[in-house]
This record gives sequence, C-alpha cells and structure tokens, in this order.
Amino acid sequence: MIKESLLIKNGRVVDPVSRTDAVKDVFVSSGKIAAISAGIGEKASQVIDAAGCIVMPGLVDMHVHLREPGREDKENVASGTAAAAKGGVTSVLAMPNTDPPIDSVENVALFKRIIRCGAKVNVFISSAITKGRQGKEPVAFDLLKKNGVIAFSDDGASVDSPEILLKALVKSREKGFLIICHSEDRNLSAGGAVNLGLVSTRLGLRGISAESEYRRVERDIALAARAKARVHIAHVSCAESVKVIAEAKKKGIKVTAETAPHYFSLTEEAVLGYDTNMKMNPPLRRRGDLEAVKKGLRDGTIDAIASDHAPHTENEKEVEFNLAEFGVTGLETELSVAVTELVYGGVLDWMGLAEKMSFVPATILGIKKGGLLEGRDADIVVFSPHEEWTVKKDDFASRSANSCFLGRRLKGRVRYTICSGKTIYAAE
Amino acid sequence: MKEKARILDQEAVKRCVTRISHEILEKNKGVKGICIVGIRTRGAHLAGRIADCISGIEKEPVDLGVLDITLYRDDLTSISQQPVVHKTEIGFDITGRNVVLVDDVLYTGRTVRCALDALADFGRPRTIQLAVLVDRGHRELPIRADFVGKNVPTSREETVEVRLTESDGKDEVVLKERGNE
Amino acid sequence: MIWTRKDLLGLEELNREEIELILGTADSFKEVSSREIKKVPALRGKTVVNLFYEPSTRTRVSFEIAAKRLSADVINIAAETSSVRKGETLLDTGRNIQALKADVIVLRHGFSGAAVLLARKLDISVVNAGDGWHEHPTQALLDIFTLKEKLGRIEGLRVCIVGDIAHSRVARSNIWGLTRLGAKVTVCAPKILIPPGIEQTDVDVNCDIEEALSKADAVNVLRMQFERDARDAFPREIDYFRKFGITRERLKKTGRDIVVMHPGPLNRGIEIASDVADGSSSVILEQVTNGIAVRMAVLFLVSQAHDKRISAD
Repeated sequence: MIKESLLIKNGRVVDPVSRTDAVKDVFVSSGKIAAISAGIGEKASQVIDAAGCIVMPGLVDMHVHLREPGREDKENVASGTAAAAKGGVTSVLAMPNTDPPIDSVENVALFKRIIRCGAKVNVFISSAITKGRQGKEPVAFDLLKKNGVIAFSDDGASVDSPEILLKALVKSREKGFLIICHSEDRNLSAGGAVNLGLVSTRLGLRGISAESEYRRVERDIALAARAKARVHIAHVSCAESVKVIAEAKKKGIKVTAETAPHYFSLTEEAVLGYDTNMKMNPPLRRRGDLEAVKKGLRDGTIDAIASDHAPHTENEKEVEFNLAEFGVTGLETELSVAVTELVYGGVLDWMGLAEKMSFVPATILGIKKGGLLEGRDADIVVFSPHEEWTVKKDDFASRSANSCFLGRRLKGRVRYTICSGKTIYAAE
Repeated sequence: MKEKARILDQEAVKRCVTRISHEILEKNKGVKGICIVGIRTRGAHLAGRIADCISGIEKEPVDLGVLDITLYRDDLTSISQQPVVHKTEIGFDITGRNVVLVDDVLYTGRTVRCALDALADFGRPRTIQLAVLVDRGHRELPIRADFVGKNVPTSREETVEVRLTESDGKDEVVLKERGNE
Repeated sequence: MIWTRKDLLGLEELNREEIELILGTADSFKEVSSREIKKVPALRGKTVVNLFYEPSTRTRVSFEIAAKRLSADVINIAAETSSVRKGETLLDTGRNIQALKADVIVLRHGFSGAAVLLARKLDISVVNAGDGWHEHPTQALLDIFTLKEKLGRIEGLRVCIVGDIAHSRVARSNIWGLTRLGAKVTVCAPKILIPPGIEQTDVDVNCDIEEALSKADAVNVLRMQFERDARDAFPREIDYFRKFGITRERLKKTGRDIVVMHPGPLNRGIEIASDVADGSSSVILEQVTNGIAVRMAVLFLVSQAHDKRISAD
C-alpha cells in the first residue's frame, strides 16, 4: 500500500499564484502538493473525481469569530473550524474579542492549546490592539508577535484615540505586523441598529449612517499614511468608504480592504420585518452601496472577501431588534454567495474569486497560503460550480444558525475540503 | 341550488304586509305604545313597510328601529363567512313599549333569540311580539311568531329565499332545494 | 372585504380596503357605547391580555373598556422595560400568556418591532398598542375615524402633523394610514426631528408651522417628549412653544377652520395652547370617545380572523 496520498483527477484547477486555469490532476502526498499536471498516473490511497468541479486553493478567511474561549455556547474552535471546512475554508484569522480577549501572551497560550485540541483547519491568531479592547492601553505587540500573533485588531470596536492607533501603526511598520481597523465612529452610530434612511424610519429604529463608517475609514487611513504603515480596513459596506479607499490607493497609501458577502448580496430592505438575522454592524446598506462594493471588488479597491462569521445563539437573536446581537454567520455560505453574486453576476471570473478569497488575504496576512504550488501545504477546495442548494437552519456545522441567507438558493457547492492533505470535509 | 317554487309574488307580499299591519293594530288596540324593530337586513325592510302601512292606517307616526344581531350570534366562530358588523339604530326608548320585532323568515329561532338578547340591552319592553313574512318550521328553540305572512312547510334540505325590492330589486319569496341544476 | 389578519401590527402593511373595513366596523360599534347597557356579547368567553411594558393609562384603559364592552375578560400586566434584559424575555412572557389560553395580547412596548416579534412566534392574536418609534395603529385609526366623522371624508384632505416626527409612532401610523386613504400629509418640525428618508415618500416636509397650517384642513399635534434630539434643539420648552406651538393666533391667521387633534396626554402651553385645546375646533375628546369604538372593531376583527384560522386547520 502506498503511503497516505490523494489524487484529485480531472478538475479545473484555478490557481491565482501560478495563474493556472486548466483541467489538471493534483497529486498530494504527505500533506503537501506533490504535483500538478495533466494525466497524473500515480496510485493514491484516495482518489477524488473532480470532473466538472473547480479545484482552488482552500479559502483564507481573515475575519472569523470563533468565540472560544468564553462563549462556547455560540461557537467553539471545533465547531467553527468544522463550519469553515464545510464552507471550503482552510485558513482563518480568529478575531480576538473572546472572553478573556486575546490581548496577552497568557491568553495566546491558552488559545493555542484550544486550537491544538480542536481545530480542523489552520487557525491564525490575532490580538487586540488595546488591552481588553478598551481603547486605552496598547498591548505588548513585540511579545505577542513573537508568540505567533500575525495581526492586531480591536474588532467590534474602533480605536477611538488617534494617538494610540498612530503608535500602533508606527510599531506595525517597524515590526512588520498587520493592523486591522474596525472603522466606526461610535459618536455617530451609537444606538443605531440599521442603516440610516427611509428603512430606519419605516422601522422606527435609530439609524447608522454611512458617515459613521467612512469618516473613520478616512481617519484610519490618514493615520496609516502618517505612520507610513500599512493598514487593513475590515468589512467595508458603503460607497463612500470604497471611494475613500480608492483615493488612498491612488495616492500610494498602503491600505487594503475586505468586504463580507452580505454587503454585495443584500440591501437594507432585507431588514424590513425585523429579521434579527439581518442585523449586523456595519448594517446592510442601499442598492447603490452594494453596487459600489461590487465595483470595488472588480476594480481592485477591495482586495479580499471575508465572512465576518459572527455566531450568536438563538436566544440572543429571538429578541426585540434593539436587543439582538449584531452579526451573522458566514463561513458555510461565503463561497456559494460569492459564486452566485460575483461569478454568475459577472463581477469576477473564477481567477478573481480565487484571488479575493484565498491568495490576496493570505498575502495581506503574510502567510504562505492561497496557492496551489508544488511543495506547499495541500489546502484545497473542490466545488461544483453549477450545483444549487438551499441554505437551511438545520444544516449548519456551526453551533449557531444566525445566517442572513436562510432559505436562499445558492449556486456552487463545496464537494471536498482538504487541509494539509487530509480530507476534512466531503459532501454526502 | 335549484329554484323549486315561488311561494309569494309581489302582490302576495304586499297583501301579507297589509294583513300583518292590521293584525298588529288589532292585537295592540291601536298604535299607542307600539314600536317596530326590524332585524337586518330584510327584516328591516319589512319593518319599514309595516311601519308605513300602520301610520297610513292610523294617520299617526310609529317609531321604527333597526337591529343588527351580528354581535349576539352564538355561532360567531363557526360560520364560514366572516360577518360584517352593521349599525343598530334604535333612536327611542323601548322600556314599557310593545315592541314588534320583524324578520323575513322564521326557521330555527336562533336569530330571534339573538334579537331578544340584544333588545334586553336596550331596555325593558312591556311586551315583545314577533312578525315574520314566512314561517318555515324546524324550530330549535321555544320561539313562535305572533304574526305570520305565510306558513310554508319545508324540509331541511330546502331553503326559503326572500327577495325584497330594497335589496334585491323585486318582491318575491321562493323555495329552493339543494341539488344539481 | 374579509379581514384575514390574526394581528394588527401597523398601518403600513394594510391596504385601503382593510383600513376602511376597520373604520366601518368601528362606526357600527360606536352605537354600543351610547346604550343604557354598554355591552354586547361578541367576545364572550375570550380573554384579552393587556401587556404593557411602558406606562400608559389612557391606551390601556381604552383597550380595557373596548374589550369589556365586547364581553371579553381582561387581564392587565404591567411590566417594566428595564427588567426585560434581566428576567423573562418578551417571547417567553408571550408564550406563557398563550399557555394560559388567552386569545388576544394587546402589547405596548418601548422597542420597535416588539409586536411583530410576538405575532410571528405566537398563534394567538397580537394587537400593537404602540412599539417604540414604529407604529401605534389604533391611535392613528381613531385619529382618522374622528377626522372622517368631522369632515366627512379623508380622500383629498390636507393633514399637518406637527411635533417630534422622528421619534413618534403616532406620526408614522398616521402617515401610512392617511396617505393610503388618499389624504395629503405634511409633517412639520425642526429639521433635526424630521425622520431620515421621508423625502422619498409622498409626505411633504415643512419646517415653518405657519406655512404648514396655511394649507391644512386639520392639524394633528403630537405630544412633545423632549427626548435627546428634541432637547438639543429646544433647551427650554417655551422655545418650542414659540416656534411650533399651536395657538389661536396661528390658527386665526389661516382664515380657515382647522380641525385640531391631539393624541394626549396634553402638554398645555408646550405644543398646544390651552384655549385651542378647549376651543371649538378641537376634537380631542371626541378622539378619546372614538378610541373605544376603533379598539372594539380591532379586537373583534382579529379575534374573528384568529378563529377562522383555527377552524380552517
């Protein structure tokens, strides 16, 4: 018997690193990609017939809330990474807003132990920028970086103090790590639950203006420029933010940006009826914002797609809209939503999709992922691009089902997810 | 529903109304103390005619009211078609009066029972008398009419349909039977 | 026209026929309250629960009287909004009331959408008696009913709503109800109290009260609460009265007889002058009387629809 190996036959290999887009076989051995070419004759312990399927680097999702430690009722590393596997995601950046938050070496060590025990995909660690995400006292960036933290973010909150953020950005340039900004001016958005406009008026809810987002994006970028550092803007939702980022890029400022699938697939109208699974921050915006986000994805202003997977229990969502938690799950739907809205919607081709969902986020994070290259870790997703499926509450691998796509018919279904050569998900 | 027979035509309806009016006057020894209350919809039309007839005979006006019994029905929840609530218009005090309640068809007696309940909420009449154009039998409650236009023996499979000019464009009463046309 | 909704959550979702059916039914019910014995047995054996998370004597009493005139049994539950987070959830409270075999919940709640949530999760009827800034449908229905009674029609009427429109459920329900029936609505308030996006609707915005009144057949004066935004705009209540208060002089200036409405309770000398509130153009007390008939109609219709649903199962 041959040693553990895998042969993926006859799939359309789409790889943004080698710019491959051709029907080829992929041979995996000892967890690494051993060969990619047409008609590989090697015997393998497992053979996947990928005819009609697309074979892409496993997705790299740089914005995921795994909730562990602290809120295992919503999600834990095991369930969250199982959800990732089901969605074709092989690497995630875990957000640090856990309980306790990831803001110290001890907590990183704790989190690493959890990952070692339960993670089915590669989990990369981010830390808060400030202790307890309070926006006051910076964390020990150096030490945390040495302990494996690759990015810093107070996600869920913005660092209000420009001085503190500036210092962090200067440090990030010196030491070579990434700052991710949740750009929101709470002075403008406080108490808001949905996008500001006729929809917020019809629902009688306080609105969250686009201004509360893009003004802070502007500030965060200006600080990065001053620090001569790079900065990454999380979950871009509105047209003005896209514009601000485009202008900054034109000026040569090192800014990157991500958006989440709901911002290019849903508008504020979805909130009419008070469905709390449509409540997220930033909120669903208008049609014009959705179009701007799509355009930003097409023209490269928006570099990456990340799910902002934010699981919450049913108890936390089956309440008055004002009391419901912000956030939706996304790991298990992001690929299909992107395929449906962006590829079939004519915004991106398959290569573009692979870039936005694997190669580019990996590059932003500085990790060696997102490519199908010989010698690399075999992190691969095999999906049938035409197959349709319906998002159902009972079908999630995640502990939570607060998806904004419940009941939606989506195109593109993950058949296999392979992480380090191991098949961690196979569709029935 | 198949139309089986015409029980009353326009002239017959008119004769019934006239006769009932005379009987009411006779029984009550004149118009004094009488008021007429019709049950919506066709009972109200008949009540109007009877009131006109009586005041024509006596040369004296007679109080006329309209009762909507929807809110008193004991089958509110089981009837298949949603009832539309209309106004009750009784612009006078019925206490101590002889109230003549008017309806088109007397059948199980349940409608009249509702009307009696409703009237009790408006006051305490000296007497309540009942006038109907057609009595078709099959009572389910101990109720009888004081004045009847025509007694029509029917089976339960049959229905009696009263048509009046005010609501149906012509005056007639027909007997219908369930079954294929 | 047949009423099919088990709930009344707001006027935005109703069509013209549905609103007219409620008004027509209310018209029939009005007579009941003028009787010696003000009671009909239509909801005999039914239980109506007034579940109030916000203090409101007048709406609660109005619903209570309406239910009792229909012979329903009425239970009043007053809950504090502040305890919602700590204790039982709204949904659990609703499920308990349903388990007690109540037939209708009349809900007053501080959060927009609370009635929608309850209605979606429960089988029994839910009547929205005011949710946050969202809707207060029975208030608007009684406003419209009173206006129709007074002026004979709604179609083509020009109605001015003045006050804190942005934070008013009464304003919203009036806007949806009136426009659906063909009235022309103008909202009048300082800019900061005009709700965002309203310019995308058929509603006119006018920040000058005298100009707004000059084109109105009726004015609905909202109760000023001076929440955050309003307090910012008017540090002193007299400042508001000077700028937006409905006074006899302002009404006189229009040269026409404008019907004056107010949902109550009145803040005399703040949004409305005393002599206007008590004057001949005021229909404020008629509104209160009509509130009973409108709420009787609503309770009757939703109960009917609910029973129909059960018997259809």
